[in-house]
Amino acid sequence: MNRDSNSYTFTFAALMVLVVASVLAFTAHSLKDLQDDNIRKEKMQNILSTVGINIDREGAENLFNKYITEQSAVQSDGSIDNSVNVFKDVNLALELKKPAEDQDFPLYVAQIENEKYYIIPIRGNGLWNAIFGYISIKEDLNTIKGVVFDHVGETAGLGAEITQDWFKERFIDEKLFDSEYNLMGIKVSKTNNDPSNLDKSDHEVDFISGATITCDGVTDMIKERINHYVPYFKSIKESSNSLALSIQEISKNEIKLN
Amino acid sequence: MSKNKVLLTDPLDDNNPITVQVLGICSALAITVQLKAAIVMSLSVVAVMAASNVIVSILRNLIPNRIRIIVQLVVVASMVVLVDEVLRAYAYDVSKELSIFIGLIITNCIVMGRLEAFALGNGVWRSFLDGVGNAFGYGAILILVAFFRELFGSGNLLGIQVIPDALYEMGYVNNGLMLLSPMALITVGLIIWVQRSRNRKLIEKG
Repeated sequence: MNRDSNSYTFTFAALMVLVVASVLAFTAHSLKDLQDDNIRKEKMQNILSTVGINIDREGAENLFNKYITEQSAVQSDGSIDNSVNVFKDVNLALELKKPAEDQDFPLYVAQIENEKYYIIPIRGNGLWNAIFGYISIKEDLNTIKGVVFDHVGETAGLGAEITQDWFKERFIDEKLFDSEYNLMGIKVSKTNNDPSNLDKSDHEVDFISGATITCDGVTDMIKERINHYVPYFKSIKESSNSLALSIQEISKNEIKLN
Repeated sequence: MSKNKVLLTDPLDDNNPITVQVLGICSALAITVQLKAAIVMSLSVVAVMAASNVIVSILRNLIPNRIRIIVQLVVVASMVVLVDEVLRAYAYDVSKELSIFIGLIITNCIVMGRLEAFALGNGVWRSFLDGVGNAFGYGAILILVAFFRELFGSGNLLGIQVIPDALYEMGYVNNGLMLLSPMALITVGLIIWVQRSRNRKLIEKG
């Protein structure tokens, strides 16, 4: 056979492509379940890490089922849809493409001992690609318990630093709302006057040098995402206020009766 | 036998791909911050090189001469994708850490170099040994560099702290420069220096 003929070369190339493609497709398909499982557990791990539970991937599922007591889809009018399995079925990347009134806003509620935390998935744009993460809020619906960030393709050493512990720690105990309960968000700020981060109510944390677009993306995604939960948060606050009021009324009446 | 043994031992010292042929430097700089990543990278390169050397050697009498580089590239690329898929299924954390560097094995000059220079002209068994030998030679340097960088850069080995707290209390500080690429280059340079002063054959004449 003439190994230098055109027809031989073309036949060889075509066969090679066919064989390689089927081998790769077969491998990708047979390993897909295992890979998806890893991704699912990593998501649980990320959600748990915002409330201060750091666990390896294998143990994540158990603790997730133990601590995450509620999962629901908040609607833009502040109502709750409990019929959606948000962990499995809500893909934030797809939700973001819909108009706000049609989106499901996933909410996880964690109950750890006597503390209750609200965990909100966030997603936005960095410099090169999507950035995303989770933010957990304490029961006052204002103070941040913890955050976790990840990214698809930010610059290593600059924008990619948002995944580091030292950056995430800056957000802990920061307040999202002002005293009138208007959403201020957290500004990742170049002009932060409080670099050692002692003032936890200035709605600002320090910036990462050289990562302007990524940091602005973090600022924007926190504010944009949390904003959709405000009607729901207000409704919780009102109902707990009215509950507190009625308890007060009852105890007043009891005093009168006595 | 001894002729085959040379294929395995030669790349470890006399003909080391990194320190003597100065190939594959890029990945030696990039993923030697931690010992664990370096070990996994080395094992991946062993798998990719052994497998692609064997495949190209089997096909050596069938590969059309005019597209041989493309064929080699396809073989290497598909091996790399296989390794990447397996890592994502069984060693997810490591695969996240190595992310694009696994893909970049394709561009590792050592792999293509051995295919072109050896596997195309030698039998299957000898090509296998040559692939494994060269990958070990590459991995040995990678692991050695990572050992020093992780030890002096972050005070750990394999993620476990080895420098005692007492030393830190006396004022010892981890050298952050070790974590940056330039120090990898300098470490490789020092290894080349030590190797040449022990192995006189390697010193060029004149």
